[in-house]
Amino acid sequence: MIEPASLTQDAAVDNRDAFEVGPGVEELVWARGLRKTFGDFTAVDGIDISVRRGEAFGFLGPNGAGKSSTMRMIGAVSPATEGRLRILGRDPVTDGPAIRARLGVVPQTDNLDQELTVRENLLIYGRYFGIPRAQIRARAAELLDFVQLTERADDLVEPLSGGMKRRLTIARSLINEPEMLLLDEPTTGLDPQARHALWDRLFRLKQRGVTLVLTTHYMDEAEQLCDRLVVMDKGRIAAEGSPAELIGTYSTREVLELRFPAGENEAHAGGLADLADRIEVLPDRLLLYTDDGDAAATAVVERGLHPASVLVRRSSLEDVFLRLTGRSLVD
Amino acid sequence: MAAPAPALPRGSQAVFEGKMLNYKGNWKGSVVSSVLEPVLFLAAMGISLGTLVDQGGRLNQGVDYLVFLAPGLLAATAMQTATFESTYPIMGALKWHKTFEGILSTPVKVRDLVTGHLLFILFRLVTTLAVFLAVMGAFGALELPLGLLALPAAVLTGLAFAAPVAAFAAWVQNDAGFAALLRFGIVPMFLFSGTFFPVDQLPGVLQPVAYATPLWHGVSLTRGLALGDLDGSVALINVTCLVALVGLGVWLARRQFAQRLVI
Ligand SMILES: Nc1ncnc2c1ncn2[C@@H]1O[C@H](COP(=O)(O)OP(=O)(O)OP(=O)(O)O)[C@@H](O)[C@H]1O
Ligand SMILES: [Mg+2]
Repeated sequence: MIEPASLTQDAAVDNRDAFEVGPGVEELVWARGLRKTFGDFTAVDGIDISVRRGEAFGFLGPNGAGKSSTMRMIGAVSPATEGRLRILGRDPVTDGPAIRARLGVVPQTDNLDQELTVRENLLIYGRYFGIPRAQIRARAAELLDFVQLTERADDLVEPLSGGMKRRLTIARSLINEPEMLLLDEPTTGLDPQARHALWDRLFRLKQRGVTLVLTTHYMDEAEQLCDRLVVMDKGRIAAEGSPAELIGTYSTREVLELRFPAGENEAHAGGLADLADRIEVLPDRLLLYTDDGDAAATAVVERGLHPASVLVRRSSLEDVFLRLTGRSLVD
Repeated sequence: MAAPAPALPRGSQAVFEGKMLNYKGNWKGSVVSSVLEPVLFLAAMGISLGTLVDQGGRLNQGVDYLVFLAPGLLAATAMQTATFESTYPIMGALKWHKTFEGILSTPVKVRDLVTGHLLFILFRLVTTLAVFLAVMGAFGALELPLGLLALPAAVLTGLAFAAPVAAFAAWVQNDAGFAALLRFGIVPMFLFSGTFFPVDQLPGVLQPVAYATPLWHGVSLTRGLALGDLDGSVALINVTCLVALVGLGVWLARRQFAQRLVI
């Protein structure tokens, strides 16, 4: 098997670096060798990123991968330990406030002012950008409409539901009409309905030309929203591409999932190896990677095996992640 | 309050506005307590205790005890107001609600957070202490017009606490630190730094300690102005120490805020 990490990053990067000295005009995020350490611990370990104007770019990775640390550096609030970083063409070390003036930020954990009303949160946030009050008022009304919170405008934030607070945080991030929106796990903790409503809002923003940068550990979210994404693990980028490219490169068209009684999965793996390009043994099931799942399923039965369940499905980003890191995305 | 000076950066103004928006929700309670507290204190301490003290004649300033006590309490109130506003609200915004983090995602800078916060405390001090001064006037414990200068003196005293305590609040990890600050700092100062009796009546070894406290400098300056018996050179030392504390506090607060927030 090819070692995936060596496939992607290092070789490609060195090549590019030889003639690339800085960001292109349409590259809103440009990072080379970006690192972030906390004491001895390396949270982000030398990553390269380019986000182009108008695209939706995602960081997909498990807990602790370094997604938030990266987002905070891109948001010009957390200084990089090492590497080169340009946001909107500027250096965050010297131009932090000017960069932040043109960004919208949705942090992983809401940091709304709980003692103020929904509307007041927008009004004061606009003031931090130096926007005149009358203008903020008009914009706040539009934004509350956009995130469907108009009816709660004069309620305090504290008793709102998690989904409502999340929507308010998104509205707040748009008060300065940002060119680029940074969303750190925008839908974590929301029910399916609320997630879909949020995705819809993000789609609309994208249509208006807002560049989206988001993190997620939901592969369906990454597939739905992202034009391009990087798979991040342990502070490094394991692969990069569109969801379809990643699946095409790192997985087969289909996957056959077999569940044998507990403890037997491992034992069956050896005897089935020839039926698939690759086999993954998970604690509760076997994954057979093949372009024709049905044929493989038939062959399994012909060998006299009777798994407790048999499922053929299309490959997803989850499989890409498993292939790249040897671990599941959501544990 | 007067309009902020034009040189003031926009960020700190917005932070000040944010604090005012929060304050709007509970200003009524705070006005009631800022009137009630001086009335109760001056009535209880000044009149009842004062009768005893005046009979004993141990007070060497040759004034009624009430007149002696009132400016001391004015300075002590400044200390308390500033300390309160610089402890829990700072820790809340820094750690519990993380509202500072939200503000720093905008063009606002760390130093704007510190300045805006101090502007708000300045507002709280001026309003609270003006009410206190009015109550003093009503009790006949204020020489007009010179006594009005006790207001800026007490405000300066408050700021000399507001800035360093804000740095302290951004330094400690939880509010147990505040209990220690009260127990070993604020309460002993309140009792022994000249608010209730002249420091020279303390046992000899404790006097230098009392003279070194910020509250003593505040009380000394405020009382000197309120009673009109200001000693110029002492006042100069008082002002210098208080101003130095404000400066040191601002520097420490900026540093400590950055250490907690820019990571
Ligand atoms: N301020 C900090 N001090 C020390 N370590 C930190 C700090 N912030 C993050 N880390 C560590 O860096 C690593 C990456 O954290 P980060 O929050 O970037 O991960 P993440 O990909 O966003 O994870 P999650 O999906 O859980 O949000 C983690 O191991 C975390 O403990
Ligand atoms: Mg995170």
